[in-house]
Amino acid sequence: MTQGPGTSGLILEEPLLWEKGKPGRSAFSMPERDVPETPIPMDLAGDGPDFPDLSEVDVVRHYTRLSTWNFGVDTGMYPLGSCTMKYNPKINEKIASFPGLSSAHPLLEESLCQGNLQILFELQQYLAAITGMDAVSLQPAAGAQGELTGMLIFAAYFRSLGEKRIKILIPDTAHGTNPASAALCGFKPVSLKSGNDGTLDATVVKELMDEETAGIMLTNPNTLGLFEESIREVADLVHAKGGLVYGDGANMNAVMGIVDFKRCGVDVMHLNLHKTFSTPHGGGGPGAGPVCVVEELKRFLPVPRIVEQDGRFVVEHDYPDSIGRLHGFFGNYGVLVRAYCYIRAMGAAHLKKASQLAVLNANYIRQELREALDLAYDKPCMHECVFSDKSLHKYKVSTLDLAKRLIDHGYHPPTIYFPLVVPGAIMIEPTETECREDIDQFIAVVKEIISEAGQDAEMLRQAPARTKLRRLDETLAARKPCLIG
Amino acid sequence: MRYLPHTDEEIREMLAVTGHERLSDLFRHVPEKCRFRGEIALPNQLSEWGLLDHFRHLDQSIATTSTRAVLMGAGSYSHYIPEVVPGLVHRSEFVTAYTPYQPEMSQGTLQGIFEYQTLTARLLGMEVANASMYDGASALAEAVLMALRVQRKKNTVAISTAVHPHYRQVVRSYLQASLYTVIELEVGEDGRTDFSPLQGVDDLAAVAVSSPNFFGIIEDLEEAAESIHDAGGLFITCFTEPFAYGLYKNPGQCGADIVCGEGQSFGMPQSFGGPGLGMFACKSSFQRNLPGRLVGQTVDLDGRRGFVLTLATREQHIRREKATSNICSNQGLCAMTAAAYMATLGRTGLKKVARLNFDKAAYLKQKLCDSGAQLLFETAVFNEFALKFPSDFAPVRERLLEKGIIAGLELGNFYPEYKGAYLFCVTETTSKEVLDTVIEEAGK
Repeated sequence: MTQGPGTSGLILEEPLLWEKGKPGRSAFSMPERDVPETPIPMDLAGDGPDFPDLSEVDVVRHYTRLSTWNFGVDTGMYPLGSCTMKYNPKINEKIASFPGLSSAHPLLEESLCQGNLQILFELQQYLAAITGMDAVSLQPAAGAQGELTGMLIFAAYFRSLGEKRIKILIPDTAHGTNPASAALCGFKPVSLKSGNDGTLDATVVKELMDEETAGIMLTNPNTLGLFEESIREVADLVHAKGGLVYGDGANMNAVMGIVDFKRCGVDVMHLNLHKTFSTPHGGGGPGAGPVCVVEELKRFLPVPRIVEQDGRFVVEHDYPDSIGRLHGFFGNYGVLVRAYCYIRAMGAAHLKKASQLAVLNANYIRQELREALDLAYDKPCMHECVFSDKSLHKYKVSTLDLAKRLIDHGYHPPTIYFPLVVPGAIMIEPTETECREDIDQFIAVVKEIISEAGQDAEMLRQAPARTKLRRLDETLAARKPCLIG
Repeated sequence: MRYLPHTDEEIREMLAVTGHERLSDLFRHVPEKCRFRGEIALPNQLSEWGLLDHFRHLDQSIATTSTRAVLMGAGSYSHYIPEVVPGLVHRSEFVTAYTPYQPEMSQGTLQGIFEYQTLTARLLGMEVANASMYDGASALAEAVLMALRVQRKKNTVAISTAVHPHYRQVVRSYLQASLYTVIELEVGEDGRTDFSPLQGVDDLAAVAVSSPNFFGIIEDLEEAAESIHDAGGLFITCFTEPFAYGLYKNPGQCGADIVCGEGQSFGMPQSFGGPGLGMFACKSSFQRNLPGRLVGQTVDLDGRRGFVLTLATREQHIRREKATSNICSNQGLCAMTAAAYMATLGRTGLKKVARLNFDKAAYLKQKLCDSGAQLLFETAVFNEFALKFPSDFAPVRERLLEKGIIAGLELGNFYPEYKGAYLFCVTETTSKEVLDTVIEEAGK
């Protein structure tokens, strides 16, 4: 059998869109013309793009087949560290598609969109309550834009004081977005080396924090899944030198109802609603990265702000100290609606329980795999646990091989080779929505793969073998970029 | 709680393995002074049907549920979304996947984004396109930053005042903490940008123009390209309405270097302004300076065609503070949506729908002018146009609102000099009946 779509079994072949179709086909229900044609200016007219013409069935088969080559949280366990791949509730998708929410024009006058504004206003309140912070902007479209917003607030704050600060402290375990966001605002990142236990040593901060330094960007829990216990001392040191503390809330899922970030000394922080607050990742986005600040920095928040005045919700622009606008309209509103739904469905008690169970699942995996794999740091973890590749060396297999073999067993691999401070890092974040049987099975599979490594290391190096494609040549892709077809 | 699968017994057993007695013991090491005090102040938990009730109630308070037509564009457009587009893109294999870091189990997303990049490049007449930015506004800010990287020592950027006011605000926000200079170019009496002030600028890095511009006017991009290149700048064009390129010349064939804009029109609901799609394309000579993710074609171990994320050494997770952008999450699912929408329309469909937008807008424009309204600018438009009325239009707009029609956007908040003028938008979704109602009321 060499012909037909079924040659690779039930994984069907599907060409690129423009390798299908015939000119003149259409998948669009064309509305009837009820107005006359008007001549268009010929000097400006174009020919239209070179798109394929497809039928409705062509389009349906195409995307349905593509979808079968994908793996999502709905397919199976996705323990991708620092990404919080928890279940995305179905009801939230339905609500986000309600006509008033999904078809509302963003420039409607306030009287015509009170419901939309109410959702935004209340979500701001909820996120303030959850973090312990005082005021929130929902505009940033993703975590990195939240960081940028935060760094612009830092810059505006120092400008308002007439100070010029040029450096910022960032631990070596931080996500790459931290230094990239800081650099966009003219701050030169100074890398802080983590201590021997994987957390920040306050004395390192004391040495480096000075009046030329804007402050620190701190992810807590950090990307090793460890709580930065010295955060309050660090914040006091930074504040004593006139600096500010930025909290990267990427790992908020570990600490809802458990940690108060204002009490930790954080001045600005962002949240990733597409992590902690269950909105789907969509194969890379859209996300949402709201920014929360303390009262003193409220005046710098992006405009417009959604405020309540005499029981009405108002879009307010008049904040002269604001850093300005970050989004064309109000941010990724559809994502914000989903997060709102999640918070209302959970309530305070279940949000806290979610964090507790996320931490329980991670500690359970850490305990059950500590003999099979090498723990990067031997201390209790929060929402994720990180192993190194040390125990794999004897089989001459790598973290990558382990990850790829997990695919054959039906799991999305953990985050690998990050954070950079752990050699061959394997960063496992199960989240609270995985049940015990599934976690036990995952643990058993990891152990089985390690025993496979002892028997047939080559099989791991060749993995995955059961996917549509085998390992892909990433070097070729980068050396001879082919970005369009 | 249905999202939390653990039974009490399982919790006890798992705690026994981790060596804890209670769940709270897992947090023993969190210092007292960092702890949350009391319970989070949130309203009571809602059941699934309680949540639906709550939102049904909110939903009814929003005008769009009872509105027949919104004749307002200005960066957000009402186009018909064929059921196949959300029906396919909302498949949970696409929706619940992360960024495709593991290509062997993400070929669906990867091929989908490769197709999006390709169709985007074809639409805009460019050589490469990235996997998306957040929205049109941040895409323009990133385009400006990219032009400044390419141009190295040049520090001045010029932006047409006919670029969407919100986009210009976002560019200023992105650049506020740097030392670059932003100057604005006014529009002439024809509603097109006047490039003559460029002659005196000696460190011009780039010029950004929108076409159609905020007033709906089609700029003369070929002439713009010449003026801008003569002044030593890179030519950035942006857009809020990509449908225009189904009818008009695309920016690439007019000489643009970087093209960016908002792709919401291609299959995304307006959703109160987001999520939309930052489309971003450029000449291939700049591809290593591109911000954001890129999908590239390659082969697997058996030589079969496949797709991966590529040129990652530009990006923040590798290059950290030296990255071409800080962007990480993008608008992946929106890019898939746009690709599915472009595929659904095809070339034939895009041209037809674009033409219908143009004709319907032209019909309303002509009839309103016949009854005494005056165009702000006489130049060619696509599906938006700005005009002023012989008498105050606000009461007419109120009357139309009662009939479920939102007739145009008053321009005073955006351009004080055009207070009392209105920007109208007509798409294929607006019926002649609605247009005739507007014409009738305006003529009274």
